[in-house]
Amino acid sequence: MKILVAIKQVPDTATQMKLGADGKTIDPTGITWIVSPYDEFAVEEALRIKEKRGQGEVVAVSLGPDRVKEALRSCLAMGCDRAIHLNDPAWGAADTLMTARALAAVVKQEAPQLVLCGRQAIDDDMGALPAQLGELLGWPSAYWIMEEAVDADGKTVRVARQVEGGLEVFDLPLPAIVTAQKGLNEPRYPTLKGIMGAKKKELKDVKAADVGLAAEAPQLSITALEALPPRPPGRIIQGDLPTAVKELVRSLREDAKAI
Amino acid sequence: MRAFVDKEVTPHVAEWEAAGRIPRSFWKRLGELGFLGLEFPTEFGGAGGDFLASIVLGEEMARCRSGGVAFSVLVHTDMSSPWLTRYGTEAQQRKYLPGIVAGETVCALGITEPGTGSDMAALTTRAVRHGDVYRITGSKTFITNGVYGDLYFLAARTGSGTAQRRHEGISMFLVERGLPGFTVSRKLDKTGMRASDTAELAFQDCPVPAENLLGVEGRGFQQLAAGLQRERTMAAVLALAAASQALEDTVAYLRERHAFGEPLAQRQALRHRIADLATDLEAARALVYHAAMLYAAGEECVKEVSMAKLFATEVANRVAYQAVQMHGGYGYMREFPVEGFARDVRLWTIASGTSEIMREIIARRIFE
Ligand SMILES: Cc1cc2nc3c(=O)[nH]c(=O)nc-3n(C[C@H](O)[C@H](O)[C@H](O)COP(=O)(O)OP(=O)(O)OC[C@H]3O[C@@H](n4cnc5c(N)ncnc54)[C@H](O)[C@@H]3O)c2cc1C
Repeated sequence: MKILVAIKQVPDTATQMKLGADGKTIDPTGITWIVSPYDEFAVEEALRIKEKRGQGEVVAVSLGPDRVKEALRSCLAMGCDRAIHLNDPAWGAADTLMTARALAAVVKQEAPQLVLCGRQAIDDDMGALPAQLGELLGWPSAYWIMEEAVDADGKTVRVARQVEGGLEVFDLPLPAIVTAQKGLNEPRYPTLKGIMGAKKKELKDVKAADVGLAAEAPQLSITALEALPPRPPGRIIQGDLPTAVKELVRSLREDAKAI
Repeated sequence: MRAFVDKEVTPHVAEWEAAGRIPRSFWKRLGELGFLGLEFPTEFGGAGGDFLASIVLGEEMARCRSGGVAFSVLVHTDMSSPWLTRYGTEAQQRKYLPGIVAGETVCALGITEPGTGSDMAALTTRAVRHGDVYRITGSKTFITNGVYGDLYFLAARTGSGTAQRRHEGISMFLVERGLPGFTVSRKLDKTGMRASDTAELAFQDCPVPAENLLGVEGRGFQQLAAGLQRERTMAAVLALAAASQALEDTVAYLRERHAFGEPLAQRQALRHRIADLATDLEAARALVYHAAMLYAAGEECVKEVSMAKLFATEVANRVAYQAVQMHGGYGYMREFPVEGFARDVRLWTIASGTSEIMREIIARRIFE
């Protein structure tokens, strides 16, 4: 069974974001880049499916500039068999729809039975791509998946989606698209053996022309980015306990409107 | 490695420090992830990496803010078990390496004795051949992983040296825990490194199978001396990485703590002190990496390793003193990581060869 995992490289969660001078981008200096955590769940799940079936191929794919190779290498180090890097200046300003088109073209070439993604990337939190990809391919798709089981003959996948207070269970015919929610699994750490082995695995550069796409303009463009306002300082309520509790309740109700 | 330390080590160190040991399950987890066999051959479950991979292990483990956890792990990976691949027979490697790599066999190094430490050639534990066993009698002290360990890389006398060549006649043995006549006489209580267990060991006619002689009989001193360069580089790495973490913790503290109407980080006296310490650490790092590269390349490195061990561990202790000082009263409290760091790092100018011995070695290479 062939599985394609679409991943995105994002700034490390611990990074202090700074706005770029143009006010539309983030300043990339000093950023540590990582594989988006939800995508790591997707990679892990793909590897588990392959291991459970005893055969198959896991292909990691990502769109972005040269630095994205590092993210793909860490997927290879985790155990993916090969990687595809959609790397072309034509995609420099790609929005989710352009990215979905590029991925759909790769999916058509590669013809996997399953595409796994994270539920959303943790940088811009759009979460739009898997649905767009499903639409472009005409494939069934299920999101925020907590459990997954591909049937023995690889014809369908049973997935359980997180909903308020429970799980919603679907059977999807394959090929299909599934996105990973936190809790689906605990991703493995790449081992040294894996890291060394990753250097020898195929990491293919793909240009827009290679997948038959012409340059297009993004439909979504960023007008401005704004930093969050600094958090207002905390307030310590003074006084004896009964009065302080009363004041706390009043403040939560009237000032913070939290209760 | 860093993600692993953040997620699975740092959250537990307080518990392990209090318990005075690290749990077996943690050794197995390290084994499962391949961290205990970074340089060992792949046929025994190792990763076939190089010394620089071990340096990364040391640096990242030391950042867990428990010197003892890092110390125990690195004694196993770098200060004992490498002698097995260096001098062990095929059969010895086949027997012990898989367990060592898996974290099932925890290793310790037994050189120091109650009567001698720095002067390794003066050790008196005896190993006398009787048929197919050596009978070992004597005692060892300050043995890390000694209380809960499984396999001891032990130095003992199989012959007496001469007045000129006192270091002749020492041999190395692989001694398994549980042999008759081998007892852990005491678990030692100590200033820092509390998560790593430290033992006093007693041997009374303990029969060690002759096939557990490690390397060549009578050449133990030379074998140990060769391996000490790895151990000392690693000691420098652990001290340095922990000190870097403590300095980061201190910088964060100075940013947060207010006095006289502004963060302490605004005070020039403290800023300059931080600048000096950061500079010292950077210099130490350059020297340690230089020594590590020489060792990894198999080049002559005794002088550079001794310098790196001396300089890095002394710089780390300066960092400790100032990190506590800049934390004020909080630096003296158990809840603050710099307090533990200051206790832990005190060891490093003593163990793995004292600063005085490092200076002796360096001076000898300058004058002789
Ligand atoms: C927590 C801990 C863990 C340890 N773990 C291990 C272990 O796992 N395995 C192991 O074998 N050992 C271990 N050791 C022992 C350690 O390596 C020794 O303590 C160290 O080598 C010093 O030996 P010593 O304590 O006998 O001191 P001594 O050798 O008695 O030295 C006392 C003082 O005299 C100085 N001195 C000695 N000789 C000279 C000289 N020629 N010129 C100038 N000054 C000199 C020393 O520098 C020191 O300051 C450990 C020690 C500690 C504290």
